[in-house]
Amino acid sequence: MQRWPSWTLAWPSPDLMLRTLGLFLIAITGVAVVGASAFAPHASDQSYRALLNAPPTAPHVRDDMGDWHAPFIYPWALVNQLEQRYEQDRSIRVPLVWLSGGRLVQSSDDARAPLLLLGSDSYGRDVFSRLLFGGRVSLGLAVIAALGALLLGASVGGLAGYTGGPADDVLMRASDFVLVLPAMYVALALRAVLPLVLSPRVVFLLLAGIFAIVGAPFFARGVRAIVRSERRQDYAVAATSLGASHARVLARHLLPAAWGFMAVQITMLVPAFIIAEATLSYVGLGFPDPTASWGTMLHDASSVRVFGDFPWLLCPAAAMFFVVLALNLVLERTDITVRLKPDATYK
Amino acid sequence: MLAYISRRLIFAVFLVFAVSSSSLILARLAGGDYVTESLGIEAHPETVEQARARYGLDKSIGAQYRDWLGRVVRLDLGRSLLYDRPVSDLIPERAANTAILAFTALLFATLIGLPLGVVAGSRRRGPGGAGGPGGVIPGVIRATSLVLLSMPPLLTSLFLVFVAARTGWMPIAGMRSPGEPSTGLTLDLLQHLIVPAGALALPLAAMFERLQAQAMAEAIGAPFVLATLARGVPRSRVVWRDALKASLRPIAAVYGIVIGTLLSGSFVVEVITAWPGLGRLMLDALRARDVFLVAGCAGAGSIFLALGSLLSDAALALVDPRVAEP
Repeated sequence: MQRWPSWTLAWPSPDLMLRTLGLFLIAITGVAVVGASAFAPHASDQSYRALLNAPPTAPHVRDDMGDWHAPFIYPWALVNQLEQRYEQDRSIRVPLVWLSGGRLVQSSDDARAPLLLLGSDSYGRDVFSRLLFGGRVSLGLAVIAALGALLLGASVGGLAGYTGGPADDVLMRASDFVLVLPAMYVALALRAVLPLVLSPRVVFLLLAGIFAIVGAPFFARGVRAIVRSERRQDYAVAATSLGASHARVLARHLLPAAWGFMAVQITMLVPAFIIAEATLSYVGLGFPDPTASWGTMLHDASSVRVFGDFPWLLCPAAAMFFVVLALNLVLERTDITVRLKPDATYK
Repeated sequence: MLAYISRRLIFAVFLVFAVSSSSLILARLAGGDYVTESLGIEAHPETVEQARARYGLDKSIGAQYRDWLGRVVRLDLGRSLLYDRPVSDLIPERAANTAILAFTALLFATLIGLPLGVVAGSRRRGPGGAGGPGGVIPGVIRATSLVLLSMPPLLTSLFLVFVAARTGWMPIAGMRSPGEPSTGLTLDLLQHLIVPAGALALPLAAMFERLQAQAMAEAIGAPFVLATLARGVPRSRVVWRDALKASLRPIAAVYGIVIGTLLSGSFVVEVITAWPGLGRLMLDALRARDVFLVAGCAGAGSIFLALGSLLSDAALALVDPRVAEP
């Protein structure tokens, strides 16, 4: 039987490829969102009154005569004001300019023929730019809320697992109770009782706080179970008998045992929080209007005409899908039961 | 066994009581009340006072809560300020709509997810026991599940509404077309159910499929399966009868938790597809600061939740007596 020579590169396993793809997608999203002010052709609130709900302007490199050019776009010309229908004006080529004014790329005639990679919304704002700036808000909120939940949950769970006794009972009953409730309704109720109109900064902190409280029990239960079983291990007993304080044993020796669990939980909570922000903003209880977030963008798209005539307004939904998919790809090999019962594998 | 179920029952009653009370108090504590929300800030102070007195909003929180408790014991949930109807009239209709939606979704998800999970799980490992999908069909099922798991109901409902709007194959929104009978199981109702129930069922089906595939793979690896195969029982019969039975417990255990997921999911589906359920009612009530309606909705939702977890606990205790031990 012919065997492959040993120096040929083996294909990496499908699992590894999926994981790498996931990490790659996350990295791209991270760079795009952090560098939004350089990558976005426009500011998030810059609007073009003459281009409401305009379709995307695709960059071309070849004109109708078959000649090659540096990348350019065709401007939109309004055909029907009432139906907001546009047609490409193929007679004018608007070249793109690179690296000018602190932006990676924009149209050379930005006032009349702006570069709208994903079209514009009903206020004439560039959807692509808003997608990047909105990603900052949505992803930033989700990550900060997940870290807050981690901090809160790990301290509650660590304390409960370390001390045991009545404190343990009370803390775990409380977190069981929060886990039973449908998280969306808890977040909704907590948000709705606060004043409806608030500044974006306050809304950001408020939502991060609410999400952290709702998400904390997911950490608390697992961390408690791990700390409880690790406490009896020889290394923990040894540390105590060497005179380490309770705080030191907990922070230096026991909690690190829960790192793997916490990493998995964060990867699962971040998508949940992205969706939660979008849901709250969609129903009008999230960020106020001029702020771009993926949820407020979907809120603007919540009319039936959008689905038929202006589908590019649904881009934030696609963005959310890709981010959640990427995080799921990273998690693919993890036990599915962990998703439902955070401490299922640690009982 | 009886002690276990009665312990769960006490927890269920406590859950309903705690959720509805705390939502009443939360809604009452909120800045602004129904009167300021409905009359606007320019209303005459005297009108505002009169309206408050009429709705019973001028009392202190403690007094109002005592009042409400006293009436709830007599099954009087108060009067909705927003709809000007008794809360106990409004809730059953909306709760039934949510129940129809959630039950259909659960049925779809089980009917789709479970068999696919059996197929994917039973063919999982290759001859060498190597990891990864063992064949094209399980691979496709697994990939589809992965994609659907990344589409929570918010995204599936937007996607299905988009498909419905583009193709015109099914109604986009609402529960019944105008002119159709407004009660009973009609073809029109079933058509309207496709988008919302599908949106709710797809992510759930994916989760069931993954769960069942994993349980199935474990069951297939058990010695009794090998023994049965060795005795010459056909493979399909071993998979669909013996291994399936042994692998059902994880899904049975998950049903109780899924009720919460379904309620959370049905909220956003109801809002996007204009399904007149409990979630939309709760949203409207919260926005209008309609305190009694908020408490009623929360109470109804928690009854669903408590019933679901109670049934699932009882079923699990029957299947696996170990869980009932303290």
